[in-house]
Amino acid sequence: MAVATGSSTAPNEQLRRAWEAPTRILGILGTVDHKVIGIRYIVTAFVFFLLAGISALLIRLQLAVPNNTLLSPEAYNQLFTMHGVSMIFLFSTPILFGFGNYLVPLMIGARDQAFPRLNALSYWVFLFSGLFMYSSLLFGAAPDGGWFAYVPLTSVKYSPGLNLDFWALGLLFLSISSTAGAINFIVTIFKMRAPGMSVNRMPLFIWGILISAFSVLFAIPALSAANILLELERKFGIPFFDPARGGNPLLWQHLFWFFGHPDVYIILLPAIGMISEILPAFTRRRVVGYTLLVLSTISIGIIAFGVWVHHMFATGLSPTANSFFSAASIVIGIPSGLQIFAWLATMITGRPILKTAFLFVVGFVITFVLGGLTGVMFPATAFDRQVTDSYFVVAHFHYTLVGGAVFPLFAGFYYWLPKITGRLLSERLGKWHFWLFFIGFHLTFFPQHLLGLMAMPRRVYTYEAATGWQTINLISTLGAFVLTAGVLAFIINVYQSLQSGSLAGENPWGAGGLEWATDSPPPSYNFQRLPLVRRREPLWPAVGGAPTSTYAVETLTPDPTNILERESLVTTLLDASPDARMRIPNDTMLPLFLAFSLLILFIGLLITQWAVVAIGAILVFISIVVWVWPAKENVHDNE
Amino acid sequence: MTTNELSTTLSNEPPSSTLRSEPRLPLYVTGSRAIGWWGTALLIANEAVLFASLIAGYFYLRFNSPIWPPRGNEPPELPLPLLMTMLLLASSAAMMIAERGIQHGNRARLRLGLAAAFVLAAIFISLQALEYSRTAFTPQQNSYTALFFTITGLHGLHVLVALLANLVLQIQAGFGYFNQTRHQAVQSVSLYWHFVDVVWIVVLFTVYLSPHL
Repeated sequence: MAVATGSSTAPNEQLRRAWEAPTRILGILGTVDHKVIGIRYIVTAFVFFLLAGISALLIRLQLAVPNNTLLSPEAYNQLFTMHGVSMIFLFSTPILFGFGNYLVPLMIGARDQAFPRLNALSYWVFLFSGLFMYSSLLFGAAPDGGWFAYVPLTSVKYSPGLNLDFWALGLLFLSISSTAGAINFIVTIFKMRAPGMSVNRMPLFIWGILISAFSVLFAIPALSAANILLELERKFGIPFFDPARGGNPLLWQHLFWFFGHPDVYIILLPAIGMISEILPAFTRRRVVGYTLLVLSTISIGIIAFGVWVHHMFATGLSPTANSFFSAASIVIGIPSGLQIFAWLATMITGRPILKTAFLFVVGFVITFVLGGLTGVMFPATAFDRQVTDSYFVVAHFHYTLVGGAVFPLFAGFYYWLPKITGRLLSERLGKWHFWLFFIGFHLTFFPQHLLGLMAMPRRVYTYEAATGWQTINLISTLGAFVLTAGVLAFIINVYQSLQSGSLAGENPWGAGGLEWATDSPPPSYNFQRLPLVRRREPLWPAVGGAPTSTYAVETLTPDPTNILERESLVTTLLDASPDARMRIPNDTMLPLFLAFSLLILFIGLLITQWAVVAIGAILVFISIVVWVWPAKENVHDNE
Repeated sequence: MTTNELSTTLSNEPPSSTLRSEPRLPLYVTGSRAIGWWGTALLIANEAVLFASLIAGYFYLRFNSPIWPPRGNEPPELPLPLLMTMLLLASSAAMMIAERGIQHGNRARLRLGLAAAFVLAAIFISLQALEYSRTAFTPQQNSYTALFFTITGLHGLHVLVALLANLVLQIQAGFGYFNQTRHQAVQSVSLYWHFVDVVWIVVLFTVYLSPHL
């Protein structure tokens, strides 16, 4: 049986020439390696996380005492808008897609994504659209309409500046990145899994990414449509939301929340996929209820498209509409609850090892369940109308999003960073990180439930002492600083690990997935010999019982692909049997150039200069033509 | 095909020594075996939701209006859009001829079909421009006129993209890049082309026919 899949036995010089860029500049700006792109995604999104975190701290400082004058109302509006926009659009989705980018090909035993150049484009567009939105700060015109930008507040009459144009065009620009990324994930997962990895053997993180990508594909266009209409109305006075000319402001809310609610699950599904991957490694058993977990993931993805009106209970829709969406919002709690029980059963019947990653999994379960408990309160329309737009809602969605995405993400960092960097993180600092973050989080957000019940509205820049809100607000602000200390501990931990962390080796956790069957960090071609999969955990023994040691993965012998020609394997959708070869394109500057052309186009739209738009459009066309032109070696292939 | 044998051996989990040497798997495949086909299909699904959102917006605003079209607007005239529909349907047929042609290795039929589809869709776009110049209203007038221009305009933009893609294919076909086994790009553009035509049928019903109902 073949063993090593890493690089140790490789004819290194030839492999290096086939898989690494000839020049340093091309290697940096033109790389199509999904691992490099994945790391860039993660780092960039983390920077946006820090920026959004700083705005959150400023918000909390402003609210720490009554009648505070630290921030002007205008600055406050911009801060809470950029906080939400950054956390939702520039941090949580991209960082999870970054992990997906890094891990998906490794976990399914492929040598890259299905469309590596498109993957590079996704990253550059993400970066440029983030910079596009943040550049508004330079002009003092940051978006200030809240992250869901309701009309008529955001119509040109009440928001005449460029603030909202930065927002709407920035999100349209970003949608190119998320759509391209979603298509890439789906095709990669459908067509490039290692031979034998039939759909019922796919890792649960892969399922999470897959369903999340489908949700992106079907949800983002509604947001794009809304943004197109908003810009047409703002820039050209074409009416869609203006009742005086037959429009309706609720159209905005319908389109936005048709995207907005599935977006919560777009963020959640990959994150809980991480939980299902990490848990088995630290409980030394297979996850309980694989099939049910998969079915829950799929049904959450579907039901998520039928709950958007619960964001609009206070807008006076018909009771019939409210009842339907109430029911759907309660139903979605069933698959979510089922997953919680599957994880609890895994913990109880396994032998937990209390490493930092596992602590974050426990922190996730506690926090997310609390968020879910308030979540099932909102479908009661009467209750919802009492607490809507109050701090109760703020507390609720921070419990679900920080609980549902950030805790799993930190678990994922402790679990997979050793694979990515080749070095372990410190457990001691990790525990500081966990406890500071966990305590800080609950100290910040649990009191906000009470503030909401005491009728403190969200998005007010200050309040009177007579309201009696000051003590709780002060506690919440102190909590935010404890939470920040936790994040700082994490940053120090990563820095120290990069400097002097102990070497991780191929599989530091004795885990069962394919990503642990290659070097840490993996070579640029991932697997020198393609793996062959016969069960869900290819590195764990075939029959029951707790895995005490791991096994070398089987490899496909002989390999039907030519690694020196940068080839990977295309397999069939359901059974993953070998069907064709594909060639991973060489490194190229085209994705960067195309993203840059798009940036020019969007800048032109922002400042309404049609000459700039035309230049951008022509550059886009040229780069796409060059992109689709067959490469020389492909034309002369005699097949 | 030994591929099928391998898939059977995998599901029966034999000792791995029976996994025989693979023949070289093909590098160029077409249809749903090709990753490019999947990429195109998913892009189409995405665009379909974009149009669905706008169409839903159309009916949302229509059913929230007391009169549709609003006072002062007549329902659109039908002869021109019906002629345009026939042009687009004919262009789809031409794309089909092109695709079938290259499937049988017939490069002449590919080029003929592509050229015919191009001309038909180009006439479609010109007629749309003519219609825009003849309309009695501006997009700014009310939500009805706004939706008329937005939906037909976005569709027209898609026809334009399809035309450009067709042009690139024609040039590549001129260089002889496509043959019986290697024509996945033709399939992708053809798929997209048919999608744009199907969307037109929905646009025809929504924007042109439904105001008469």
